[in-house]
Amino acid sequence: MNGPELDEDQSRPYDHQLMRRLARYLRPYRGEVVLAGVVTLAEAAIQLCFPFLVMQAIDLGIRHRDIQMLDRIAVTYLAALVAAFGLGYLQSQIMQRVGQGLMRDLRADLFTHLQRLPVAYFDKNPIGRVMTRVTHDVDQLNEMFTAGIDALFGDLFMLIGIVFAMSQLDVELLAVTFSVLPLIFIVTMMFRSRVRSAFRDIRARLARLNVFLNENLMGMSTVQVLGREPRNFAQFAALNGDHRDSHLRVNHYHAIFFPLLEWVSAIALSLIVWYGGRQVMWQGITLGILVAFIQYTQRFFRPISDLSEKYGILQQAMAAAERLFALLDTPVDQASPNFREPAPERGARGNGMRIEFDGVWFAYHEQHWVLEDVSFSVEPGEKVALVGATGSGKTTLTSLLMRFYEPQRGVIRVDGRPLAEWDIEALRRRMGLVLQDVFLFSGTVASNVGLEDPSLSRAQLESATREVHADSFVAKLAGGLEAPVLEGGATFSAGEKQLLSFARALVRDPDLLILDEATSSVDTHTERLIQDALRRLMAGRTSLVIAHRLSTIQDVDRILVMHRGRLRESGPHAELIAQQGLYWRLHQLQVLGGQVSRAAHPAPPADPATA
Amino acid sequence: MWGVACVAASNLVALAQPQVLRMAVDDLYRGVTAEKLGRYALILFGIAVVAGIFRYAMRQTLIAISRHLEYDLRNELFAHLQRLPLPWFQRRRTGEMMSIATNDMSAVRMMLGPGVMYTVNTLTVGVVSIAFMFAISPRLTFWSLLPLPLVSISVWFFGDRIHRRFEQVQARFAMLSALVQENLAGLRVVRAFAHERRERERFQELNEEYRDRNLELIRTSGLFQPALALFAGIGALIVLWVGGREVMLGRITLGQFVAFTVYLAMLNWPMVALGWVINLFQRGSASYRRITEILDTPPSIASPETPTAPGEGACEIEFRGLTFTYPGAAAPSLRDIRFSVPPGGTVALVGRTGSGKSTVLALLPRLFDPPPGTVFLDGVDVRDLELSALRARMAIVPQDPFLFSATVQENIAYGVPEESADEVSRVAGIAHLDADIRAFPDGYTTRVGERGITLSGGQRQRTAIARALLRAAPVLLLDDCLSSVDTATEESILRGLAGEMRRRTTLIVAHRVSTVRDADEILVLEEGSIIERGSHDELLVRGGAYAALARAQQLEEEIEAT
Repeated sequence: MNGPELDEDQSRPYDHQLMRRLARYLRPYRGEVVLAGVVTLAEAAIQLCFPFLVMQAIDLGIRHRDIQMLDRIAVTYLAALVAAFGLGYLQSQIMQRVGQGLMRDLRADLFTHLQRLPVAYFDKNPIGRVMTRVTHDVDQLNEMFTAGIDALFGDLFMLIGIVFAMSQLDVELLAVTFSVLPLIFIVTMMFRSRVRSAFRDIRARLARLNVFLNENLMGMSTVQVLGREPRNFAQFAALNGDHRDSHLRVNHYHAIFFPLLEWVSAIALSLIVWYGGRQVMWQGITLGILVAFIQYTQRFFRPISDLSEKYGILQQAMAAAERLFALLDTPVDQASPNFREPAPERGARGNGMRIEFDGVWFAYHEQHWVLEDVSFSVEPGEKVALVGATGSGKTTLTSLLMRFYEPQRGVIRVDGRPLAEWDIEALRRRMGLVLQDVFLFSGTVASNVGLEDPSLSRAQLESATREVHADSFVAKLAGGLEAPVLEGGATFSAGEKQLLSFARALVRDPDLLILDEATSSVDTHTERLIQDALRRLMAGRTSLVIAHRLSTIQDVDRILVMHRGRLRESGPHAELIAQQGLYWRLHQLQVLGGQVSRAAHPAPPADPATA
Repeated sequence: MWGVACVAASNLVALAQPQVLRMAVDDLYRGVTAEKLGRYALILFGIAVVAGIFRYAMRQTLIAISRHLEYDLRNELFAHLQRLPLPWFQRRRTGEMMSIATNDMSAVRMMLGPGVMYTVNTLTVGVVSIAFMFAISPRLTFWSLLPLPLVSISVWFFGDRIHRRFEQVQARFAMLSALVQENLAGLRVVRAFAHERRERERFQELNEEYRDRNLELIRTSGLFQPALALFAGIGALIVLWVGGREVMLGRITLGQFVAFTVYLAMLNWPMVALGWVINLFQRGSASYRRITEILDTPPSIASPETPTAPGEGACEIEFRGLTFTYPGAAAPSLRDIRFSVPPGGTVALVGRTGSGKSTVLALLPRLFDPPPGTVFLDGVDVRDLELSALRARMAIVPQDPFLFSATVQENIAYGVPEESADEVSRVAGIAHLDADIRAFPDGYTTRVGERGITLSGGQRQRTAIARALLRAAPVLLLDDCLSSVDTATEESILRGLAGEMRRRTTLIVAHRVSTVRDADEILVLEEGSIIERGSHDELLVRGGAYAALARAQQLEEEIEAT
């Protein structure tokens, strides 16, 4: 169920490089971070005052029966409380603001990066997994900000402050109390190494669960009509169970760790009572100091168990950051828009493009060539049809021309310049593509035709819709062009979707038109209407049409016949027929299929796919 | 229950600690022996050991239970999603459902696990320490608990606000997810039309809004915890002030005073935790509602209460005066459709795009529900049949097949409990896919991408044909399943299918006359109504719409032939 790469990682929580990169994201918020730091310090300092004030109350107030002193201390205590409240709120607001801002920046960078990654990346990485990056992983980092980093900072300062305050009271008792420190260290170390591997498991299993779920949601009707529900449920339950078990393991470690820490804390307390008590008996320290020590020790252990809890969050956040940065480090398609510069002008439409394939080799998987040494050229304004059996490489040719993929060998040139040297965004704006699978976005019919391009007027959208004869069914929808389109265009038939995708290409008035099996699932009536529109559309444009129906290529100037990744024949219809080669055979089949086959069942025609 | 008992027990034991401290302090004040101090120290440690054991049991029960509950709830959600019908999914975005199954699910777990644990903890610590405090000094206890009403007021005040704001945050998050999901699914269109900038703007808008909603939430929720800490602190202040006087007046001992401050300190943490817990409950219940919204949606298409078992062997299909309107649509998509297909027969549906052909096919397996008494299988209303049994009787090849990220072999065998490699390659042969597969890097064990991206449209359709054939179901529904296949391949597939179709009751939707001419009856649909019916030859003779269609296609062929 999992793709080529599992979400395994070997992250360490305090990875230096990772921290540096995160820090870079903090840079715009320098001021806030510094302020938050100051506020945190101030708040921690105030927190330290409370046991000290209690000590003062006991030693100076209560034991000396000095009511005025007690009043003064109480007022100070109240002031400290209010200050702690204000600073605490301020600190959390600042840090949350920073965190939320940083998350927004990171999400924006990720999304931008996704827009620039080569198409091949998405062939290998299921959508579900990529989604997890932008949403779940970023939120994981956010957790660190809401519960982690600021508290961590405060906690650390608090620990130092407590040690300092205690050392001011009595160094000897401090040394005795902190003789338990090595124990804390050992316990924490043991816990840390175990939890790290458990968290790694959790992440890998969660990713597997999500990929499975996403796919099942998208293909649910297939699952249902094939009656796969019980088996898929069993698979899901197994993945779900694995995920739960890995969490149970972490919980087990937590269940052991926290009580252990409490034991160590109790040892420290016992030491204070035993050793400190003897000091009090011998008048080495006051009773107030002893009480303050007890309170400080209690405050000392809370941040430590907090730190360990935060450690888990930090761990997860670091792992998430690592995966996020790994995604951000995936090399982008250099030609893709970088968004820093404004969008290139579409420019006036020319008279079409000149396309040249020069010895192009291409494979999706290593050495499994889909295209082998393909060379041809298309002159500006020329209309060329690509024909050939399924899998002969026609669609791949157009994908290369759109620069979805890079050929391994050879060069593709547009207007004499290699494709790689073009600003791809500007180039694509001059191309109109009709894909095999029509994809509709949720939105409206208008937003799907115009893709929210502000330079397209309402009238242009209407006329394009009319020209491809989509106007009749659009008119029947409630709202017409503003009728809602649901995810994936679920309420439209395949034919209707196709008409909309024609309109989408047509409205842009492109220099180059690429049609991939576009007329395939439209009925004859509609197809005739569309061909009518296409004839006008192709005029003055370079057109590359992939057609499975020979009837759709009547109007082209030249036909390229692909067979098993090679360009086998090229020329006008009549010439190819005269050659009596592959094209002639394909053509014969079409004629036979239409007229004779049912009547007489002739000898099986030679199949070009197996010839 | 066990877990709750453990929480209570651990707190009861732990709360004895201040009592020991009280005795130690009082003894120190009055004078004490070193052995006695040693004994106190040992007791303190002993208490911690026992409390620790209970705390271990507490986490192992309460938190573990929440993981089991999460597991059950997630399974339940998945099982329920599997029962929801196609129309329901069409109205929802995958990204939103993903965020419910992940984000909301974990919010619910936080409520059930740490939420419950800390609630019980707060309650027992509260009750027990107040009881101990009361034993020391009822007056001081009364004074120190004065801020308590403030706590409940703020809980009431903040709880509702946090809840509402959190719901908004989650809704934005779902929208954000959905946008990313769609952007990735429609990647090629986005790229081809240089649509990236606009998509990025849309994302930025939502991204900005999501952050703003979060900040709104934080403004409120961020106030809650410091406020609770403040109230707890005021309690401690009162103890210091009033309690200090009590000691001076000799009403309580210094030890009791110290024990009192320790108890209050112990209350401090649960109070702060209370704020956190209430946050958890607000978030958890908002999320739980989103989940139950799905769970409470009754599957609108389900088996009847007393289903009829479908017959064995070949099937007869009958449509009796079917008029069908899509849920939410104004006008019917099909009007008065009546025809029947005898066992082993073939009926073809032709007509323009949007004339309702695919709808007819979708009603048979109840992907959409036909009105009662309109669609029959072997004389039984499909609505009276057990749903899974009904679907088990059919093999469907959709227009736009969905492939799972698995091997080609697994994809072909997706609809059968177990496959034999021979059978798979046999049906792949009929679907004209065998040669393609053998050319793949790993043959039949080649994986296909998430949506079968590396396969061409034609290969996907042929995979779906093979998948349907392997089902060996008596009813075969072909929904324009050769549209992305070139003519030559279509010819061969049809030849192979002819044998399979003779053994099954077949409904076929097509555009090409060549595909349907062999059918026993051809129905021509226009705007949801049957306008012509008959065999190929009869329809040609009649000279209506079908004849025109056939002539048009023939003409094209002739033009080419010249």
